[in-house]
Amino acid sequence: MSEHAPLGGKLVTPVTIFLAALAAIAGVFLLIRFVFGIGAVANINDGYTWGIWVVYDVVIGTGLACGGYAMAILVYILNKGQYHPLVRPALLASVFGYSLGGFAVIVDLGRWWNFWHILSPGYSHLDSVMVEVAICIALYIAVLWIELSPAFLERLGLKDAKRKLGRVLFVFIALGILLPSMHQSSLGSLLIIIGNQLDARWQTVLLPLLFLLSAISLGFSVVIFEATAASEGFRRPRETHILSGLSVALIAVLGLYLGIRFVDLAMRGELGSVFAADFLSVMFWIEISLFVLPIVLLLPSARRVNPRMLFISAVSMMLASALYRVDAFLVAYNPGDEFSYFPAIPEMFITVGMIAFEVLAYILLVRRFPILQGTHGQPRAAMSRPLPAE
Amino acid sequence: MTVSRRQFLKSAVAGSTVVATACIATDADARGNMEMPEGALGLLFDSTLCVGCKACVTACKTANGKPLATPPELPYLDKTRTLSPDALNVIKIFKDGKATAKDRAEDGFAFMKHSCMHCVDPACVSACPVNAMKKQPDTGVVTYDKDACIGCRYCVFACPYDIPRFDYGSAAPEIHKCQLCDHLWKDGGFSACADVCPTGATLFGPVIKLKAEVARRKALKAGEATKFPRRHVEGQEFTKEQPMGEYIDHVYGEKEQGGAQMLMMSGVPFDKLGMPDLPEQSYASVSETIQHSLYQWLLGPAVALGGLMAVTYRTVRSEDENDED
Ligand code: SF4
Ligand code: SF4
Ligand code: SF4
Repeated sequence: MSEHAPLGGKLVTPVTIFLAALAAIAGVFLLIRFVFGIGAVANINDGYTWGIWVVYDVVIGTGLACGGYAMAILVYILNKGQYHPLVRPALLASVFGYSLGGFAVIVDLGRWWNFWHILSPGYSHLDSVMVEVAICIALYIAVLWIELSPAFLERLGLKDAKRKLGRVLFVFIALGILLPSMHQSSLGSLLIIIGNQLDARWQTVLLPLLFLLSAISLGFSVVIFEATAASEGFRRPRETHILSGLSVALIAVLGLYLGIRFVDLAMRGELGSVFAADFLSVMFWIEISLFVLPIVLLLPSARRVNPRMLFISAVSMMLASALYRVDAFLVAYNPGDEFSYFPAIPEMFITVGMIAFEVLAYILLVRRFPILQGTHGQPRAAMSRPLPAE
Repeated sequence: MTVSRRQFLKSAVAGSTVVATACIATDADARGNMEMPEGALGLLFDSTLCVGCKACVTACKTANGKPLATPPELPYLDKTRTLSPDALNVIKIFKDGKATAKDRAEDGFAFMKHSCMHCVDPACVSACPVNAMKKQPDTGVVTYDKDACIGCRYCVFACPYDIPRFDYGSAAPEIHKCQLCDHLWKDGGFSACADVCPTGATLFGPVIKLKAEVARRKALKAGEATKFPRRHVEGQEFTKEQPMGEYIDHVYGEKEQGGAQMLMMSGVPFDKLGMPDLPEQSYASVSETIQHSLYQWLLGPAVALGGLMAVTYRTVRSEDENDED
């Protein structure tokens, strides 16, 4: 039944070459950044001091990497074994999302050689929200690699080690649920201290809860997205029957998120301000529409088995949560009129290059290691076609 | 499916309630604003006394080893209007309409000092993950230690007064902000900006004494003749006798964010002078209260971990039985 198998196939394809090239360009800009300083490649300034490296690579990137987290909740906490085939691919995507988020932090830290201070009792300031985020993310990266290691041990034929690890794996699975719950909510808490520099439509003490829910919904939507894309890209049979069950969970989380968002606005007396005729209200309603669309699309249960509907809903959901996070960290943040920010080209190339590296590593690993569920009896040739270009 | 949906909804709602309760923290957990240390040192800036000569801008640069923008004898030519790694203190100009009268909101003009407020409950200190930003327990001065700093710029992000500055153009960047010239104390010196101010607009001293001086000024009537202390509030230097200006009924820094060690008086509302409108409860206390109630001494997470382990153990076990040959 649920045997994982390497996908096989060629490693050098036009797609992998293109991805490698993007990663190489980013490498050059990274070199410039470390020799001449952040300003040589990025447009961040003392108003918008956190640009896309923080907001995209860390805040959104680790959210997108919550697939492993969301699946772990479903499989291990809610005991839904039928989703098990989705766990390993989701974990792999998470491992790369988080590892690169961690790398992006180093790139973004001005005095990166002092990074260890944040984890060292001699320096660490436990009241700082950032300490909590940093410790949890660092631990979680380690936990993710351990959770995934059975795949590597299997491949290397280390059966004994795998069995031994299997006995204690539950500890790491539990940690793998606890740690993201902590730091994904704390990503929201990071914003509380900026007070009224964040527009009242976003600033609330419920930020941690809203960020947690947006992380879970990002996680589910990414799993649906990846499973659909992987079955297209690698010509594997669809996993629609599994995915349609997931959409129920998605609707529940989305509904909860929307409910809390509006009740919170009402309780703070800010409901009127979302109808203000300004730019931020437009952003607010785009966010809300993207959150509502998947609910509308997936509410009739017949549509949940339609792969196109599932795919559109997943994309809408991802955009919704990503936009929520961009709005909260950049768009609705007002550091004063003298500042403006739009990422510089090299700054964007560094982010794009890191994503390219992540996708590249994902492709290489699923082709060589037992990550995806095996497809019995299918000719290898049919599975080894390169990713379609579109 | 209905069973699982109900189950899922139940867990989701239960989980959210836990987080929500922690977010809307109870009074018992609230940490409240910090208190000002008794020996707090600070500055008093009186916009009605400031003539915009910018001697303090140049003096600040000299005292802190920053390059000068003008010849030292011509400080008023300094065009610096925004803080930077090379300018820890600037004088901003407010103008309205015809700008004919000083310290008047309409058709008037006024000068404003922009430098670190040395908050009683500083956001930068609460935010800093490595204690590089520190509030000194005796003097309350908010200091920066580059050897501890990791350059995350959370202090830049968090400060409600837009004070900390970062070297984006350097491979070994630092944060730059006013530290009340604490490096001058060992030689008997004090804040260079106050030291050079010819009118007493910027005045240095223990915050208790500065507050007494604020009270004295508030008790006098506009136009009444008085002398103003210059440089150090405890020194014996005064200006010539001159008529009192007219103040608005707001001393900035008394209440904002639980108070600051720089106090400001003015004839023009502070929002016009570029100062933010801030609540008395400090954002640092709101943030830390939420963080603490979410992770009460890491006890919550430990209990949660135990629960999670029990549940996952059960699941993994039954999985193993299916898996094993
Ligand atoms: S004004 Fe800003 S930099 Fe100065 S103590 Fe307050 S929060 Fe820190
Ligand atoms: S940049 Fe340095 S001083 Fe500022 S918060 Fe980060 S570590 Fe602390
Ligand atoms: S106290 Fe010193 S560092 Fe601070 S503004 Fe005055 S001169 Fe500049």
